[in-house]
Amino acid sequence: MHPILSQLRRVIIYLLAWIPIAGLLAYLLTVSHEISDREAFVLSVPLCLLYAFLCLTSWYSCRGNPLEKYGLGRLIATHLTAALVASIIWAVAAESLTSTLSKMQSFPGLSHRFRPEVPLVFFTGLLLYLLWVTLYYVIIAVEASRDAEARVMKASVLARDAELRALKAQVNPHFLFNSLNSISALTSSDASKAREMCILLGDFLRRTLGLGEKAAIPLEEELSLIRAFLAVEKVRFGARIQMEENIDESALHVPVPPLLLQPLVENAVVHGIANLVEGGWIHLDVHAQNGTLTITVENSFDPDAPPRRKSGVGLVNVRQRLQARYGNQASFAVKTEGDRYRVALTLPTESEA
Amino acid sequence: MTRAAAAAKIRAVIVDDEELARQVLREFIAAHSEIEVIAECANGFEAVKIVTEQKPDLMFLDIQMPKLDGFEVLELIGNDTAVVFVTAYDSYAIKAFEVHAVDYLLKPFGADRFEASLKRAKERLAGKAPEPTPSATDLAVAARPPAQFLDRIAVRDGTRVFIIPVAKLEYAEAQDDYVALAAEGKKHLKQQTISSLESALDPHRFMRIHRSYIVNLERVAKVEPYGKDSHIAVLANGTQLPVSRAGYARLRAFLDR
Repeated sequence: MHPILSQLRRVIIYLLAWIPIAGLLAYLLTVSHEISDREAFVLSVPLCLLYAFLCLTSWYSCRGNPLEKYGLGRLIATHLTAALVASIIWAVAAESLTSTLSKMQSFPGLSHRFRPEVPLVFFTGLLLYLLWVTLYYVIIAVEASRDAEARVMKASVLARDAELRALKAQVNPHFLFNSLNSISALTSSDASKAREMCILLGDFLRRTLGLGEKAAIPLEEELSLIRAFLAVEKVRFGARIQMEENIDESALHVPVPPLLLQPLVENAVVHGIANLVEGGWIHLDVHAQNGTLTITVENSFDPDAPPRRKSGVGLVNVRQRLQARYGNQASFAVKTEGDRYRVALTLPTESEA
Repeated sequence: MTRAAAAAKIRAVIVDDEELARQVLREFIAAHSEIEVIAECANGFEAVKIVTEQKPDLMFLDIQMPKLDGFEVLELIGNDTAVVFVTAYDSYAIKAFEVHAVDYLLKPFGADRFEASLKRAKERLAGKAPEPTPSATDLAVAARPPAQFLDRIAVRDGTRVFIIPVAKLEYAEAQDDYVALAAEGKKHLKQQTISSLESALDPHRFMRIHRSYIVNLERVAKVEPYGKDSHIAVLANGTQLPVSRAGYARLRAFLDR
């Protein structure tokens, strides 16, 4: 969206800004006393109107060549070429305007008298064009910083919101109820196993406590939370859960938002393994490379399983939190391939979180 | 099916995919000599098979299970078995009672709550003149929350269960108390009225074109006049279905849109 053309009010202000420029050009043309004030005025107004529109186009070359993306050499070359083209067009337009005016009675020999001023027009054009280029870059920078500010604001609101929800919703009450039911079963058949499960459950719950207040935890901590979660689920599902981890040592200390991975693993259990009569597997893959943390949670599932309500709430939550916190620096992708379900996410390792 | 009332044992089935959850029920039932657990099932398919083969009196049924969920099981087994739902999710309670479940046990539950449930089940079994209630299938449909239409239809053929995704359903035809579901060149019979099937299907995808026919709109290739003032719908695979006058008006309205 062109910052000036997008609103009529801005177009008017822009054209008003060209009035003093037209005045200045008219003044420069009269300095040599070859051209009268009236002639200078008649020339400068249409020329400046034309150039006002020519300079609008420089916005697109600024947009297409962001300062941070290309080297100084390329930027100078691009804009200098554009400025040269624009000012040549301008000078030619001035030429043809004067020769047209010369044919009229009231401007005798204007074309001839104007000829020495052509370099002046040319260099004025060059400078004006480059001036607008600079101005557009300022506008882009201001917009970018405003965007960034808005994103940070939105991110902090969303992040806090998500964190609170994480605490309330993601430690799924049904997980608790089902676990308590398993304990209830074990009390009579295997008291020591029941006690063990109480301890596992307590361990998991204690780890989730207070996570909502933390902006980030080391990945290691999140992993042990997942292991505590799976330890409980393994009592429920028995041999039906096969977990395999492949974790890059160097990733263990990377800070990540708390409860980012646990919902993914819970999703794999609830929507994957719980629907498989013979049980299934979960593969957790974590790699840190070149400032990017790549996490993949893959699990087997039954494509013909009965549809469950509320499916994917945890995933949506994770996606939103990533987006809110890292913007375009993070990615989140879900893919199903036959009976494999795969969630892959990437996030920057050096985060200000 | 008649039963000798007091003397015979109540034959019960436990359906839950978690061994420990089955264990709790087994233990509570063990205190009652009048109840015999004839089978335990770990998924919906097994449950349907057992009910078909052994006709149990009472079933403790989990809702979220592999293959078929508890409601789909209930839909397929009919009304002869008293069902007690056992689940950790309280959000299904209303639906469960609408499909005439005897009770709804929330995990974890204690012996008292189990006893109360069993008492209700016995009352239901004792008063078991074949109830003049609508079929479980129709009730299951009625209990569906609005704007949530079927994704798939479970059909039983003897002890086997077929799952038909609704996208593969070409048309449904009323046949007395049954509907014949045509999908992938086969027809499956299901005990259900065509009206209740109609209300369970997404009206943007399926249309009642005749007293006896519902058609998958995506499969309709063309509509042709037939005889004086009736029409037929021709499906992509060449099948011809009669279209009633009211059905034609509906179909026109849809096609003109």
